Amino acid sequence: MGELILANEATGEEMTLNMGPQHPSTHGVIRFIIKTDGEIMREAVPDVGYLHRAIEHIAEKCTYEGFMPYTDRVDYVCAMPANHAWALAVEKLAGLEVPERAEYLRVITDELNRISSHCIALGAMAMDVGAITPFTYILREREYVNELLEMICGARLTYNYHRIGGVGWDMPAGWRDKVLAWCDHFAPVMDEFDRLITNNALFVQRLAKLAVIAADEAIDYGLVGPNLRAAGVDFDVRRDVPYSIYPKLKFEVPVGRGLVGTVGDAWDRYWVRAQEWRQSVSMVRQCLAQIDATAPEFWKAPKKLKPVGDAMARVEAARGDMSCYVVGDGGTNAYRARFRTGSFNAMGIIRDKSRGLMVADLVALIASLDVVAPEIDR
Amino acid sequence: MSDEVARDANVEANSDAAVSRVRADEWRATAERLRADGFDFLQNLTAVDWIKEERIELVYHLWSYARRQERVVKIDLPRGEPTVASVADVWRAANWYEREQYDLLGVRFAGHPDLRRILMPEDWPGHPMRKDYVEAPSYNGMPTTRANTLELLPIWDKPTWDKK
Repeated sequence: MGELILANEATGEEMTLNMGPQHPSTHGVIRFIIKTDGEIMREAVPDVGYLHRAIEHIAEKCTYEGFMPYTDRVDYVCAMPANHAWALAVEKLAGLEVPERAEYLRVITDELNRISSHCIALGAMAMDVGAITPFTYILREREYVNELLEMICGARLTYNYHRIGGVGWDMPAGWRDKVLAWCDHFAPVMDEFDRLITNNALFVQRLAKLAVIAADEAIDYGLVGPNLRAAGVDFDVRRDVPYSIYPKLKFEVPVGRGLVGTVGDAWDRYWVRAQEWRQSVSMVRQCLAQIDATAPEFWKAPKKLKPVGDAMARVEAARGDMSCYVVGDGGTNAYRARFRTGSFNAMGIIRDKSRGLMVADLVALIASLDVVAPEIDR
Repeated sequence: MSDEVARDANVEANSDAAVSRVRADEWRATAERLRADGFDFLQNLTAVDWIKEERIELVYHLWSYARRQERVVKIDLPRGEPTVASVADVWRAANWYEREQYDLLGVRFAGHPDLRRILMPEDWPGHPMRKDYVEAPSYNGMPTTRANTLELLPIWDKPTWDKK
């Protein structure tokens, strides 16, 4: 096989292929123009914008409160942190206080949503490299999380749960026990998933040393979140630019170690997310243990919201540093809002990283970066 | 670096990062100095269209991983011909950020290796995030507006809030 490829390379026959925008393994509506020589890629040029819904423009057209449902659509796989980013930015801009109970509820929902988002990321990654079964296993878990989130806010995907100055609802009666029961149920599932996939010889062979991203490269390209940590950079917004009640929680920040290959390879990006599951479950437990001590108030709705100035809020979403920059000019609407998202930067690195990979590895690269199309285009 | 006093004290009050305003022709040198100074992560780039003041403001959010420190640089550009030096070779993340701000607000980044539209189609007219942007009624023969479905249904009364 190797000789065949080399022979092909010698002929210098270059072929241009189109992949997407409706390709099932591009994780949404993304298009690549691939230049290949045999099975080896010269480069894959991403073409984005197919899911552009002008969310930043919509923010200028509706009120600060009214924009909240739209933030769900920034990243529909992990919508809760986008809610949080918008709420945090506007609260910072207007100088609002948030009841402590709301902060706990925000963090609980953020972390539950992170777990469900990583379920998709890891399950889809396994499926993209040929392991179909784990996807169905882990999607079952995501269903449970969706049901928990549905109980608290009535929606399974686009939650619209956080509010400027708090959250929309308190947790319903009995919800805490259900979440704790699910946490107990999920612990062995993570171990099962490790046995199924993480240390599976085929999976490791397929991903170890693939598309290695070094630390300086990751920083230069602006990679964030698990992709950055997999490259060996020990940085987490929750710990290093603390917001909400994260300083009160004990958690570790998993960093890529190159356990089976090189630091920053595709397997490390997988592994970091799998470790974050455990941290998130532990954070949910801690929050549920501490929330009883808070006052029952969960939403301090602002009477008048006409802030002036600008504010930047950074939130650690499932795809890393999701920042919201908002400018107010004294009106009821934002003058300018900007969402800075992890997938946008992750797409920017693909062109460079695709050089010399096999065509099938492009799919693994996209999956390992956990790119979600709406988050790129907004 | 020209750490001028911001024109609007309110603007800076909410921000916990060091904010500086830089002239457009100094930006390139400033960027290189900041990069050498440890600000290795270009976290965000936003262009704001201040139409009444006839200016476009670029806001660069920088972050230093080593020092865990944030820095904000703001640049004012004339609204008619907003051009600034590209920093795509200083921070590679800037490549796509600059393309996006060019696409949506029409800021030109001199020296950018590949300044094409990124989100809108290549032949899209105008820059949609400009405050005075008016969408054309059709794009390549496709209408850009739709009739209000509620008005198409005669059994539904128009919502009362429309009657004012």
